[in-house]
Amino acid sequence: MSAPSAAAVAAPESSAQTTPPLLSVRGLVKHFPITGGILGRKVGTVQAVDGVDFDIAKGETLGVVGESGCGKSTTARLVMHLIQPDAGDLRVEGRTIGLNLTLRELRRGVQMVFQDSFASLNPRLTIQDSIAFGPKVYGTPEREALARAHDLLEKVGLDPMSFGRRYPHELSGGQRQRVNIARALALQPKLLLLDEAVSALDKSVEAQVLNLLVDLKAQFDLTYMFISHDLNVVQYMSDRVMVMYLGRVAEIGPVEIIYGGARHPYTRALLSAMPSMDPAKRTMEAPLAGDPPNPIDPPSGCRFHTRCPFAEVVCSTRVPDLLRQPETAQHAVACHMADASSGHSRAGSGT
Amino acid sequence: MSNVSAADVATQAAALAGNTQGYWSGVIRKLARDKVAMTCLGIILLLIAAAILAPWLGLADPYRGAIARRLRGICWLDGTLDCAAVSTPWGPHIYWLGGDEQGRDMLARLIHGGRLSLFIGLLPVLNAFVIGSLLGIVAGYRGGTVNTMIMRTIDVFYAFPSVLLAIAISGALGAGILNSIVSLTIVFIPPIARVAESVTTQVRSLDFVDAARASGAGAFTIIRVHVLNNVLGPIFVFATSLISVSMILASGLSFLGLGTKPPEPEWGLMLNTLRTAIYQQPLVAALPGAMIFMVSICFNLLSDGLRSAMDVRT
Repeated sequence: MSAPSAAAVAAPESSAQTTPPLLSVRGLVKHFPITGGILGRKVGTVQAVDGVDFDIAKGETLGVVGESGCGKSTTARLVMHLIQPDAGDLRVEGRTIGLNLTLRELRRGVQMVFQDSFASLNPRLTIQDSIAFGPKVYGTPEREALARAHDLLEKVGLDPMSFGRRYPHELSGGQRQRVNIARALALQPKLLLLDEAVSALDKSVEAQVLNLLVDLKAQFDLTYMFISHDLNVVQYMSDRVMVMYLGRVAEIGPVEIIYGGARHPYTRALLSAMPSMDPAKRTMEAPLAGDPPNPIDPPSGCRFHTRCPFAEVVCSTRVPDLLRQPETAQHAVACHMADASSGHSRAGSGT
Repeated sequence: MSNVSAADVATQAAALAGNTQGYWSGVIRKLARDKVAMTCLGIILLLIAAAILAPWLGLADPYRGAIARRLRGICWLDGTLDCAAVSTPWGPHIYWLGGDEQGRDMLARLIHGGRLSLFIGLLPVLNAFVIGSLLGIVAGYRGGTVNTMIMRTIDVFYAFPSVLLAIAISGALGAGILNSIVSLTIVFIPPIARVAESVTTQVRSLDFVDAARASGAGAFTIIRVHVLNNVLGPIFVFATSLISVSMILASGLSFLGLGTKPPEPEWGLMLNTLRTAIYQQPLVAALPGAMIFMVSICFNLLSDGLRSAMDVRT
């Protein structure tokens, strides 16, 4: 778990500005118990998210990348409080959830788009009813809520007259995902969590939906947390990128730095696995082999040390702090090699 | 939406107004196109109407017998085609569907019998549908400890065979129609609750429930808007298939002297008392069974039609 001092440096912009960031997450932890036997005894824990810190400033897009099971989706669900966090501090515009921000207010300001466009729409409701549901919960009269649903359908590029009364199964995947975006926007949120929102779509449809998201962001003054395993898409969409590994933040920084000069060996390995359009640019660094270690019993110290080509003794004994880099204030890395005082032989050498 | 034409506004208003009953009107429209289901619905409604209107249909007295005419055959089926009126203590009478072991008119008894049989078939299932769905949906939606408490209690009832459980409860409560309805209700709650729980658990895990929670809706609103319309269909279909079982169990209870008592006309009881005449008048003895068979198969086919009509994908 990160020390509080490390948490502070993970949020360079919060110190630079007087206004608090739109979303501020500190020390977010979720361990799922594994029960076994007839008595349901606890036999272990899955450390899905283990001390995650990040900020999202108003108007920016934070991309979140990482392998399957690294805690990307769990982080989004924890932010929405769809899953109760075990520990951690969650602030929206400086207001702490549970203290001076109610769950209802949180959910009005933060909305989520899910990956599975079919499972995330009620098959028994027409799409206009699905979109109008949120506003109705907050007391908007039926007619007004439906009018807003029609308005939003138009905004996401679906004709409300011909689509409003259809059922989800009558729509294509791309159309359903547009409906899901409209549904998420119906409560006029400030922050939209896009959890693999375009991953299930085919490439041409994906491009359309991505362009729609860019348009909507400008139109409604939105902030995105864009979770994806598609590195190209994240590069296209994001202002800043957060790389996660086994429930922890490995590296976070502006998109140009992460894609151009990443310091964490995991980030570099991940990016080298990204297919290149240029045949002259061949993959030079060895891509990662095997699966990530089991989050039930994660490696000690730096969780990446079992797969890291530069691992030394210090990596398996001490947890690296997420430290701000001296060159770029917005760039923070959790690697002993990036920490001059860590005792790693390559520390400070700028590998 | 500021520069839309008047025509657009009108169509939009129509779309807004007509939306609320969209789903159910669609179900009814689809069901109306299903010939088998509509035939079955017709037969069931006809039998219910006949049962309700039985005293005003000009039928013979279902309680009055004519010993000389007992086990009379069905006049138009016994080869003689002798459908003339015969003399009875209450005057000349035609036995259109024969007479029972006491010479009572079978037609009158079958139609009057529908009152009790349909009542005992439907009411316990209806009660169990309401209570079982409630328990199952709460257990499925809340999960965890609540689920364990409700479902393990229900498993206790599952340990007994349904007939034995019905007999035990009826025996403990004493004979009578009301008590047999109570005991059958208790017998049908566990299976319905279990179906409700499994369907609800399945729906609960889908993203649209999470999306609804993310909209800030409370558990009650989510169950009302998002869970009920997805789970009631399967539960209802399952419950209608229990109506036939309920009628058969009720007749079993009557046979053991725990439900309806003679001379009350009731299909199960009539089947049991006519059992001894199976070699003399097989067709007459089979009539109450045929009624039970017809009603159960109609309910099953109707529930089948309902299920496909409620499926928005067809």
